[in-house]
Amino acid sequence: MAAIHLKQLAHSYLPHPAGPRDYALKRIDHVWEDGRAYALLGPSGCGKTTLLNIISGLLQPSEGQVCFDEEDVTNLPTELRRIAQVFQFPVVYDTMSVYDNLAFPLRNHGHSESVVRERVLRIAKMLDLSAVLKQKARGLTADAKQTISLGRGLVRENVAAILFDEPLTVIDPHLKHKLRMQLKRLHRQFNHTMIYVTHDQTEALSFADRVVVMYDGDVVQMGTPQELFERPAHTFVGYFIGSPGMNVLDARIEGNLAYVDGRSIPLAQGYDAIAGETVEIGVRPEFARLVRKEDAGEQGLPVTVKRIEDIGRFKIARTEFFGRELNVVIPEGTAVSDRANRVLFDAQHVNVYADGWIVEGEAA
Amino acid sequence: MRTWNNKAWFMVIPVVILVAFSAVIPLMTVVNYSVQDTFGNNQFFWAGLEWFNEIVNSERFHDALGRQFLFTFLILAIEMPLGVFIALHMPTKGWGRPASLVLMSLPLLIPWNVVGTIWQIFGRSDIGLLGHVLQLLGIEYNYTQNTLDAWMTIIVMDVWHWTSLVALLAYAGLQSIPQAYYQAARIDGASHWAVFRYIQLPKMSSVLLIAFLLRFMDSFMIYTEPFVVTGGGPGNSTTLLSIDLVKMAIGQFDLGPAAAFSLVYFLIILLLSWVFYTVMTNIEKQGD
Repeated sequence: MAAIHLKQLAHSYLPHPAGPRDYALKRIDHVWEDGRAYALLGPSGCGKTTLLNIISGLLQPSEGQVCFDEEDVTNLPTELRRIAQVFQFPVVYDTMSVYDNLAFPLRNHGHSESVVRERVLRIAKMLDLSAVLKQKARGLTADAKQTISLGRGLVRENVAAILFDEPLTVIDPHLKHKLRMQLKRLHRQFNHTMIYVTHDQTEALSFADRVVVMYDGDVVQMGTPQELFERPAHTFVGYFIGSPGMNVLDARIEGNLAYVDGRSIPLAQGYDAIAGETVEIGVRPEFARLVRKEDAGEQGLPVTVKRIEDIGRFKIARTEFFGRELNVVIPEGTAVSDRANRVLFDAQHVNVYADGWIVEGEAA
Repeated sequence: MRTWNNKAWFMVIPVVILVAFSAVIPLMTVVNYSVQDTFGNNQFFWAGLEWFNEIVNSERFHDALGRQFLFTFLILAIEMPLGVFIALHMPTKGWGRPASLVLMSLPLLIPWNVVGTIWQIFGRSDIGLLGHVLQLLGIEYNYTQNTLDAWMTIIVMDVWHWTSLVALLAYAGLQSIPQAYYQAARIDGASHWAVFRYIQLPKMSSVLLIAFLLRFMDSFMIYTEPFVVTGGGPGNSTTLLSIDLVKMAIGQFDLGPAAAFSLVYFLIILLLSWVFYTVMTNIEKQGD
């Protein structure tokens, strides 16, 4: 078990990268703490897998260092890094039995058969594989195969971190939950540092205690699920986390007021002049309310309600404000008047963004 | 209620005719000859299984069959491992990839009798590069007189001609292995040998089975190339089954025995292919 330090890490697949566009990973400087479960979240092609492969040593970074605790492992080959990795598609050694699959890494490292036996049996029991140990791995279901891949990592006692690269992609939906719970249990039991790559936010939020959001080769935010929800560091995080995503509107900021098409919106904090080509405000649909004109007083954005979607636990009002889409979440049991046509925001939860990145104000 | 529409049968007729002319009728002709005897004048007499008896018990057939087995065994023993070895070392990216694919395909594109002619000339000690160089090196080499030399020549020729096929099939099998397998193997600390033994070989097994069957059948039926090079000699030492068959049917015009010979020959190939296929697919399935 180890903390993973990424120091000034950058990677380009090109031999002579010219500008930031050529980098698959742009300058990452982060510490992944020992024993935490991280979810690495981001759209396809944002550099998640690149980062994962650099940590596991399958890929050599073009710049920067990877350290496990204090040890610099940047130039250490994969097999010496004490990393376990579970891939998107189950990897099992077809011709071997489940027992031999689990024993494979131990045998490769030259452990005696008695040690192999003891560890394999223990891990098999923990992963509910005891019953199938004698079977060929090939004949098993996808979820059992993924469990075997995980088991091949767990049998090695000294694993520094376990990496998961979208491991539930090929698993049936009803088994996904079960496997996630099994992972959480293992995490509590062993306290391995775990990094879990996914583009599914439900998966990320239910698995991890820290979520790392990547976008276009950058880590845009690293935080608890709640932080990501309430204060997205980048408008992208706002879009990407939450369903529906954050409402983002072009705005002009003056002190503690934001102006959108001449309408003023109160902010919880005061802002000095903001530098940046585009200045926006972002509000989660959960922190917006749809009310009638007479209840809104002078405030609120005038909108046209396009439709109301009932998605079970709450309703979503899809509205339009001068051609811009604005979503409002209506909690269960709240009635909405037919004449509701003003949207009010919760000032505490209106964030200000300059060129996509959050701007911190001063308490007014 | 089912409606019967007999018109469907008309649609099948073209295929039936095609198959009849291409396979059934010629085969039945051979069956017909194999149970009859003729003394010319287009008069035939019923001979029963006499020809089969004669062929199956003849030393000539046994010798040719033995040579055939030896030949097939040798070329399989060389071409299968060699093809896999080449496939493992073929470049997978860059300009080397298309270049090696084209180079490997070349021998497969040459007509069989041309291959025979190439080697026939190549091995001659007066004008052939190979034969002449061996001569200069002081090595006695003459495939028209020496049995061992004749065998070496036809074996090397077949390896040259057909190893590419095994290599290309194995290469295709290797290309279909997802990168994740190699990555997982690295993480598990597997050696090169272990990667070959537990990932590459199992993943290639189905294409290798095809390659094996193709090479077995083709080599068991081989005629043109050795015939062009050695004509079955010296003596009868390179007279393989099909060469012997042609001698019997066309050279001696023994239609009855030749027909029986053909059928026995055909059945041997069919039987062995079936046995190989069954055994190999069962090995693969074992333990599932």
